[in-house]
Amino acid sequence: MSEAVPSLSAPPLLKVEHLSMRFGGLLAVDDVSFHAQDGEITAIIGPNGAGKTTVFNCLTGFYRPTSGRCALRHRDGSEVLLERYESYQISRRGRVARTFQNVRLFPRMTVLENLLVAQHKMLMRASWWTVGGIFNLPGYRRASAYAVERACHYLELVELLPRADDEAGELPYGAQRRLEIARAICADPVLLCLDEPAAGLNPSESNELRELLRKLREDEKIGILLIEHDMSVVMGISDHIVVLDHGSKIAEGVPQAVAANPRVIAAYLGEEESDEEATGNGASGGAKGNGASNGATSGGATGSGASNEATDKGVES
Amino acid sequence: MSYREGSVVAYFLQQLVNGVTLGSVYGLIALGYTMVYGIIGMINFAHGEIYMIGAFVAVIGFTLFAGVPLVLALLLVLILATLVTGFYGWTLERVAYRPLRGSFRLAPLIAAIGMSIFLQNYVQLAQGARIKPVPPKIEGGLTLLVQEGFAARVSYLQICILLLTLLLMAALTWMIHGTSFGRQQRACEQDKVMAALLGVNVDRTISMTFVTGAILAAVAGVLVTLYYGVVDFFIGFLAGVKAFTAAVLGGIGSIPGAMVGGLLIGLIEAFWAGYFSTEWKDVAAFSILVIVLIFRPSGIFGRPEVEKV
Repeated sequence: MSEAVPSLSAPPLLKVEHLSMRFGGLLAVDDVSFHAQDGEITAIIGPNGAGKTTVFNCLTGFYRPTSGRCALRHRDGSEVLLERYESYQISRRGRVARTFQNVRLFPRMTVLENLLVAQHKMLMRASWWTVGGIFNLPGYRRASAYAVERACHYLELVELLPRADDEAGELPYGAQRRLEIARAICADPVLLCLDEPAAGLNPSESNELRELLRKLREDEKIGILLIEHDMSVVMGISDHIVVLDHGSKIAEGVPQAVAANPRVIAAYLGEEESDEEATGNGASGGAKGNGASNGATSGGATGSGASNEATDKGVES
Repeated sequence: MSYREGSVVAYFLQQLVNGVTLGSVYGLIALGYTMVYGIIGMINFAHGEIYMIGAFVAVIGFTLFAGVPLVLALLLVLILATLVTGFYGWTLERVAYRPLRGSFRLAPLIAAIGMSIFLQNYVQLAQGARIKPVPPKIEGGLTLLVQEGFAARVSYLQICILLLTLLLMAALTWMIHGTSFGRQQRACEQDKVMAALLGVNVDRTISMTFVTGAILAAVAGVLVTLYYGVVDFFIGFLAGVKAFTAAVLGGIGSIPGAMVGGLLIGLIEAFWAGYFSTEWKDVAAFSILVIVLIFRPSGIFGRPEVEKV
């Protein structure tokens, strides 16, 4: 997969190599390889059922891939294999954070608490696994203050600081989406996987999201993997796009190149499928037309004409 | 104790003191039910047995530390009881419930009933079926009010029970709302998948919830041993069911609910025994369970949409 390596000199952050995931007879992901870079947004696009979310699930410990590997480079230069982790190890050992297609906040916790859960590892250590926390020892207090400060920094970034003490479930939908991203960042990942973050957002919210992702890319220097259907978001902010269709990678490259790629256009507009469909419709239409003309013995001229036409068309194609 | 015309206030006060004492013990046990229900949505019917084991450890501990000064002995017994029952709580979850997680809903419930019977029989075999007496350790008390020859008293032991319970409940409330572990517990309660993805070790959090519940039950066991002075292998059943009633009354899954529910059950039982009949006090407590389940299944503090077990 030589075309997968971008022209940058830095080694890639994430190397997905020959990843396959089989569910019984269905090959949901078929030998997919791609790279993602630090400080870049890599979008994974493709029609419904292309296997995008399955790739995410393989990266975050939900599925054990049938074959292939996903190697993530940490900042100290070490490399970890994500497919070996359980999902609860992904955050700390893998340093990968993700969001889901549907909002999955802790709705009955405050906005701030949602972000503190993401930092619990540090807090647990500082509280001596809760013993120090119960007695509110100075070490735990310092760690708490640091965690709150960090949380507030990201809340400010997503413009939710004024609502820090409200229950997360009470926020409007767009704000909940932004909070999810802030929470994921709070877990201190090197790779952030966002599964359709723009789903259900109105155009202005979707604009804000674009700005937010741009800011994250620049400030946090992390790699972002993005699954998205909203092409204005994808084309506007991606540095690199990977296109999947029926589980295989059909194209990869910069947005302009991908947008112009005939295979991508075919997959999205469904050239072949739409032709088949047209044929099918033509044939069935023809049959129906015939049936109608047979039934109507007293000859509706237009009706039989139409049916003939339809039959012809069906035969032709 | 009999009810006399002239000592209405003193008599009432005495029932109140008794009820609050009893209620705080029920509350401690009820917390274990409600926390476990909150996090994995199952009723741990073996929790009463954990309390019973706490009481037995207290009997053994007081025998062991017979020569030690009282306060130190009490402290040592409390520590011993929490360690031993904490271990039992952890093992219980590990052996009987974790393998069944993700199985059909009734499976862990049946396992809990099985574990309850197992623990009863195990203690019966190991410790004998006879009642174990514990000589009174903390004697004396304060007289609150004397009326027409009836003295309302609060014993030092009752004060001890109340203070310890209040302390534990305050610590628990702080733990759940102010520490990282409590946040993890609440996160697991609301969305285990997402909690895991943020690095929370869900299995360990659930184990530690069982341990926390067991520790509270252990303290209740030690206190009851001191209060009643007798222990047998069967005390876990009745205390367990009453604490469960308390948890349901308060709203299962709700921490303040368990505390308030425990207090109410204790008060109802004490007043019923004081004004009507001692023999029917259990009926009073269980009637409450039936009434709550019929008219307000979500309890006092419960969220109505809960649909588990």
